[in-house]
Amino acid sequence: MATAKQPMTTDTLQALTANRLIDGLVVYLTETGEWSTRVDDAALVPAETGEIVLAATGEQAVSTNHVVAPYLIDVETGGGEVNPTRFRERIRAFGPTVNTSV
Amino acid sequence: MYQYDTYDKTLVDQRARQYRDQAERRVEGDLTEDEFRPLRLMNGLYQELHSYMMRINIPYGTLSSAQLRKLAHVARTYDRGYGHFTTRQNIQFNWVTLEQSPDILAELAGVEMHAIQSSGNCIRNVTADAFAGAAADEIEDSRIWAEIIRQWSTLHPEFAFLPRKFKIAVTGSPNDRAAIRVHDIGVALHLNAEGETGFEVVVGGGQGRTPMIAKTIREFLPARHLLSYLEAILRVYNQFGRRDNKYKARIKILVHEIGAQPFAEAVEKEWEQIKDSALLLPEDEVARITSFFAPPQLEKLGPTAPAFDAKRLTDRAFAAWAKANVVAHKAPGYGIVTISLKAPERAPGDATHTQMDAIADLADHFSQGEIRVTHEQNLVLPHVKLTHLFGLWQALAHHELATANAGLATDIVSCPGLDFCSLASARSIPVAQRIGRQLSDIERLHDIGELRIKISGCVNACGHHHVGHIGILGVEKKGEEFYQITLGGDPGTDAAIGNIIGPAFAGDRVAGAVENLIDTYLAQRSTNAERFIDTYRRIGAQPFKENLYATA
Amino acid sequence: MPLLRNGHIALDQWVAVGDDEALPEDAPIIVSLARWRAERGSLVDEYRQIGIRLKGGDNAEEIANDLPYFDLVAIEFASIADGRGYSTARLLRDRYGYSGELRAVGHIIRDIFPFLHRCGFDAVEARNDRDAKAWRESVGAINVAYQPATDNRLPTTVLRHLPLAAAAE
Repeated sequence: MATAKQPMTTDTLQALTANRLIDGLVVYLTETGEWSTRVDDAALVPAETGEIVLAATGEQAVSTNHVVAPYLIDVETGGGEVNPTRFRERIRAFGPTVNTSV
Repeated sequence: MYQYDTYDKTLVDQRARQYRDQAERRVEGDLTEDEFRPLRLMNGLYQELHSYMMRINIPYGTLSSAQLRKLAHVARTYDRGYGHFTTRQNIQFNWVTLEQSPDILAELAGVEMHAIQSSGNCIRNVTADAFAGAAADEIEDSRIWAEIIRQWSTLHPEFAFLPRKFKIAVTGSPNDRAAIRVHDIGVALHLNAEGETGFEVVVGGGQGRTPMIAKTIREFLPARHLLSYLEAILRVYNQFGRRDNKYKARIKILVHEIGAQPFAEAVEKEWEQIKDSALLLPEDEVARITSFFAPPQLEKLGPTAPAFDAKRLTDRAFAAWAKANVVAHKAPGYGIVTISLKAPERAPGDATHTQMDAIADLADHFSQGEIRVTHEQNLVLPHVKLTHLFGLWQALAHHELATANAGLATDIVSCPGLDFCSLASARSIPVAQRIGRQLSDIERLHDIGELRIKISGCVNACGHHHVGHIGILGVEKKGEEFYQITLGGDPGTDAAIGNIIGPAFAGDRVAGAVENLIDTYLAQRSTNAERFIDTYRRIGAQPFKENLYATA
Repeated sequence: MPLLRNGHIALDQWVAVGDDEALPEDAPIIVSLARWRAERGSLVDEYRQIGIRLKGGDNAEEIANDLPYFDLVAIEFASIADGRGYSTARLLRDRYGYSGELRAVGHIIRDIFPFLHRCGFDAVEARNDRDAKAWRESVGAINVAYQPATDNRLPTTVLRHLPLAAAAE
């Protein structure tokens, strides 16, 4: 279990992400417990409680076969937008970065 | 090309139905993800970064026009309008859904295609020379043996859960265009002194995080024993290949750890037990499969084509394309045409549904309805009359398919990288595009000559960077993309693994680094005919290295 | 955990005995390779029916000479991904002539049953799945065999050239 030794900093927020079973698209858990394809809709929780609050929801969504392999990502909020911290997660959220459409 | 009989048809139809049932059971929750994953993988369905990806087999890279039209249809109907041709002569669609994946397989079964074993720890789609049946230098059409291997390996019950994936390649020409020495098993066709067909068998090559060149374990295997010998190799590997560490599970590690000679002895010992079993290839079955690869009915033409020569003299752009993209055919008056899927700003290997339809039509008009896929991620029209080249070129240009760069520096091989792949560490496609921009001058490109640049977005090396004359490997360092450069790799007859030249470059400096390497080559080459790889072999890495890091 | 034998749910009279467990009296027993090696003399004296349980890494060759003692060989599949047991099974049947019960144990789902069946297994411990009919049908879901294996199916390399094949075209 996470222990809150450090005082909470405003930027260490987390979101729960997964891929939706039926179409494989990247989804984020929202505050109403839905799964949205937009990272902006993600419910953000302090990193200290992320594991507890979100893991339970994720496991539930896996057990009902709605999503696959949920995990927590670090996000930053600036200018009213949600931005995953890791480069890979930014590409997952906003990519692909190359125009491959017809 | 091979045509399904009632058995082949039954198998793919039944397989499509079986998979539909499995996909439905997954959606209903009867199968967990852990249980379903190996099943979907064995039908080519991956979960990638943004979506499911489906990889469809194109056995030994041979397609009919009807099959290519079906792939265009799949791109249009089930994906976002395009597909990606891979370094293993397959095609993958990046945006499919689990829900529709059974429909795709059912559609494919209608044109004698499937995705069986295009992923998973099993024997993957067998690859061969993309110019087979057309190349002037070949001994025999390698696809006959590739098809025999395809059938034997398809749903082989003993080898469905190997320690790791397993790739077999076949060449029928002394000039290896199938990269057999970087495969788990490579099979090279030879004739013995009596004129009998047989194979040199090489084992334990591969790329990935531990690249190795395959070792010869048998100099000449009579053709009728092909399947028993392969079965013996696979059986030894299945029992003794490492399963404790997936990075050490490929057969190359087993061969390396026990030694090629003891490995060969283990195989021979096993083979002695099964060589005269039901695996012995029946002559009538070999004859049946051979009949499908009979040479096409081509016209008897003279070796010269005055109309073609005249056009080359008057149209520089056409001449440049013909020089780079057309090679000699075994039939006089014909050529083998490479259709470059490396147009500027395109993702290497991508083709849109309209391009696929157009190529299918052109194949019908100009090339006996046949198309090939190369491991360099291009398409090929294998049987084109020289006098038709100009018309073909014009038609290709209309669809952005006439880039005159086959084998040249902008004919870049690239995996999908971090833009699509969930395993990737860094992006590949934008790097390829940047290099393409840097080298956009076609005159200069032709002056540089043959130069194979290959980019992988992670150590798994799907972009074959280890065998690039210039190899580029994407790595992640502290959350940023860096690219390591290797020199001197070669997938062909003189197969070699490239050597790392020095510290990695940031993404925006890779194209400049490639430019720098090319400048060194141009300054150092002995004649204009000396290729980049030849110069490298002659002078070594040092001059390249000195210039590359001089200003760093 | 029902036992499926020859496609039907069967009563399992065999007792799987752990290496440290006391041996039951008067029952057919399944022991590990290690226990067999340690106690074979007394086991052969005391028991009329002996089964052996092989782990994925145990090779057929290791028990080839002992096969006359066994009425059952169980091969363990620690996960779906561990495919060593398929080779072990084929070697036991094809090379060493074993004809007793060959049982797959471990993580077995019906989707891999066709592979097991073609490699010579005639029994599986089927975990939670009691739908024997679905298991039986899974074997015939694909009834074309491109290659010879350890079942009675004729591979296409042979089938295609039998006189009857012409009629099937």
